[in-house]
Amino acid sequence: MSAMKTSFTRLALAAGLGAAVAAGGVVAASAEEPKRGGVLRIVVAGKIPSYDGHRESTFAMIHPIRPFYSLLIRVNPDNPQSADFVCDLCEGDVPKPTNEGKTYTFKLRQGVEFHDGTPLTADDVVATYNKIVFPPEGILSNRESRFSMVETISAPDDHTVQFDLKYASPGFIPIVATPFNFIYAKNDLEREDPEGKDPHYGLKWHQSNINGTGAFSFVEHQPGSHVLGKRHEKYHHEGKPYLDGYKAISAPKMSVRIQSIRGGRADIEFRGFPPKARDDLVKALGEDITVQESAWNCTFGYGANQHKELFKDKRVRQALTLALDRWGASKYLSKIAIVKTVGGLALPGHPVATDEETLKTYYGYWPDIEKSREKARELLKEAGAEGASFKIWNRAVDQPYKAVGTWMIDQWRQIGLNVEQIVVPTGPWYAGLRDPSAEGADVNIWPSCQSVVNPVVDAGAWISKSRAPDNRGHYEDPVLDGWYDEMQQESDPAKQLELYRKFEKRVLHEEAHFGQILWWHKINPHRSFVKGWKIAPSHYLNQSLDQVWLDLPDEEREQRTMDELGG
Amino acid sequence: MATVSQGSLAVAMFEEPAAFKPWHVKLRETARKQPIGVAGALIVALMILMAIFADVVTPYDPLLNSYEYMLAPPDGNFIFGTDMLGRDVYSRIVYGARTALFVGFASAAVGGFLGLVLGVSSAYFGGLFDLIFQRVMDVFMAFPLVIMALAVVSILGTGTENVILAIIVPFVPRCARVVRSSALQIREIPYIDAAKACGFGHARIILRHMAPNVMAPFLIMVTAFVGQAILTEASLSYLGLGVQEPTPAWGLMLQGGAEEFAESAPWVAVFPGLAITLAVFGFNLFGDALRDVLDPRLRSSQ
Repeated sequence: MSAMKTSFTRLALAAGLGAAVAAGGVVAASAEEPKRGGVLRIVVAGKIPSYDGHRESTFAMIHPIRPFYSLLIRVNPDNPQSADFVCDLCEGDVPKPTNEGKTYTFKLRQGVEFHDGTPLTADDVVATYNKIVFPPEGILSNRESRFSMVETISAPDDHTVQFDLKYASPGFIPIVATPFNFIYAKNDLEREDPEGKDPHYGLKWHQSNINGTGAFSFVEHQPGSHVLGKRHEKYHHEGKPYLDGYKAISAPKMSVRIQSIRGGRADIEFRGFPPKARDDLVKALGEDITVQESAWNCTFGYGANQHKELFKDKRVRQALTLALDRWGASKYLSKIAIVKTVGGLALPGHPVATDEETLKTYYGYWPDIEKSREKARELLKEAGAEGASFKIWNRAVDQPYKAVGTWMIDQWRQIGLNVEQIVVPTGPWYAGLRDPSAEGADVNIWPSCQSVVNPVVDAGAWISKSRAPDNRGHYEDPVLDGWYDEMQQESDPAKQLELYRKFEKRVLHEEAHFGQILWWHKINPHRSFVKGWKIAPSHYLNQSLDQVWLDLPDEEREQRTMDELGG
Repeated sequence: MATVSQGSLAVAMFEEPAAFKPWHVKLRETARKQPIGVAGALIVALMILMAIFADVVTPYDPLLNSYEYMLAPPDGNFIFGTDMLGRDVYSRIVYGARTALFVGFASAAVGGFLGLVLGVSSAYFGGLFDLIFQRVMDVFMAFPLVIMALAVVSILGTGTENVILAIIVPFVPRCARVVRSSALQIREIPYIDAAKACGFGHARIILRHMAPNVMAPFLIMVTAFVGQAILTEASLSYLGLGVQEPTPAWGLMLQGGAEEFAESAPWVAVFPGLAITLAVFGFNLFGDALRDVLDPRLRSSQ
């Protein structure tokens, strides 16, 4: 399998970005001969909002649905910790840009078929990317803004796709490799409403239907119970997948997911468990459990809603960040929650990430927490906000939301603030985050999870609300917007880094728009017979399952196939 | 005019006055007659004292996180151990009694009062009003208590006030139904007709003449409601729909971390569970004893 590093990724993912660690045993060596057959049992938290990858941004969709689809390019499944991108539906190497970095031409594999038998052509890829990049009004495309550099997408012939950019952008290839960019069939996207009412019927068809070219084809979805997929015999990566199928079992409660692995009802969970659960599983199962760990491309922070009078004053926002003992939390909170690493806006270990010494000069990162809190009290006094009361708008998910939210309240109590926590289910939580006047949404929990590690592009999360709808501080900052645009078009890595530093310091320190707390830490304990899956620095990545196999006796694999797929 | 014979007057004059009994003697007698009820009352009293004097009887701030004592097992410093954020479980249980009692008493009192007024009114007015009102109550009572409370919280949102409202809603029809059956008998007693004949208003008849006469079943019911309310609040909090962190509340203490750490740090789940069990047990025992004392049929059979 060939791989390429883009000019951007020369910056990205050097050593130490989170090497996988095996705690219960060594992760399967690639020299082992994969065994065919059997059904993998995955346990998944969360409900599938829809099947449409272009629309959604949750692991609850990716984990059960991604194996049905292919991408144009993907992160190298043999080395998902790296910034290697390899072709999935394209052929050969990931293309290098031409036309001064403004044109990318992809050659497609021939003979690829959708699960319904339709052959894949360049028109399917063009129709898919037109939906992602240029969605018509009324069609939500979650990553539309990330493709702002794209001018046109065309198909010079049946097996060639060309992207012409407005400007050379090192961030383009990583965005194409985003695992949500499922390739759909043009015929499906152009389906007409049988009732003749909805002009966008075809563009919405994938929200409730599945037809991809992935390693597995759809068998059934029993809402609240499971999603079942079976091997796609005409899958385009030769000899794969190894499994006969997979079953993604729905289990919203973490304790149930842990126990299901322990009790043998499930083999693996792809999101992540807290350290204590890892230790319990290792203690109970010994060599039967293998643990993979990695840095996780998810920040956990908060945004003080700047539509609320209290938080319009940046001294109050600075006081909030000064009160948080990040270094202590990294040491202790990481024992009970899936957060661990102190960092700035870029994933720690990434070449763009700010070094620890510089970070320690920013508000909220001072090593002396008492001095820091003293400064926080001073700022609150100056701002006339001593003893202020407000609410944290949090999500009803234990890890890490409620655990860290409760910790934040204790931290802010120590500078005399009265904080209450409003915990709501995911739907209302998102609704509250989007509404700057929502009652209770004073300080919004603001996680930012990305798939491919691409911090320069991902900094778009912290630009003005008018440009970044998910901005949870509801602020406008044209200075940041300008720096962000410059960064995207800057091809000199040193200048780009300089801009990134300025951007980060303004976000975290000068304006304290965003209170970064800790980066997540990914821990995936799984049954040791699950082989071929390698942990990535994101719970969205490397989920096609075409590399996975079960190191079980033949009769056990056959029995699993019989049980789940009926032979 | 009534006459009294000389003989009987003499007996009355020379009959010994009831001997004065100190409180501890009375308590001992009551404990002998109603041992279970007294045990329940003691548990309830202990809870109330804990709630009132929580500041005095707890060694630590129930909200204070302590990194160095995360999931510490019970010992001399922390008699019930600490939770995953290093908070003292004993202090949180004591403060949790405040939450439990506040929710328990508030919802039982308000739900009970509304049920009393509506139940007596339904019996008093009778006819079509009674018929329609009782069918509405039937609809509400068709839902199990927790399901109804869940539905209300889903609409109103989480938080202590909303939890109280959520518990009040299913309590009202239950109380109204019981009170109505007693009030139907009262309505037939001539003094109600006399009150009507005197020109008293409906509200006066209902509140001053009928309601006091259904107090016995009402009090028994309200006492039982407190226990149920505590249990419902704990259930809602356990499901993440009740009071929220970091408020000390028993159901909440069983949620989240307690599930994750139940095996390696069982004290995180065991003590709040015991507190809920004891509280509900105490109120139920107390309610049963109250019924035995106040229900004339049970009294005469003893």
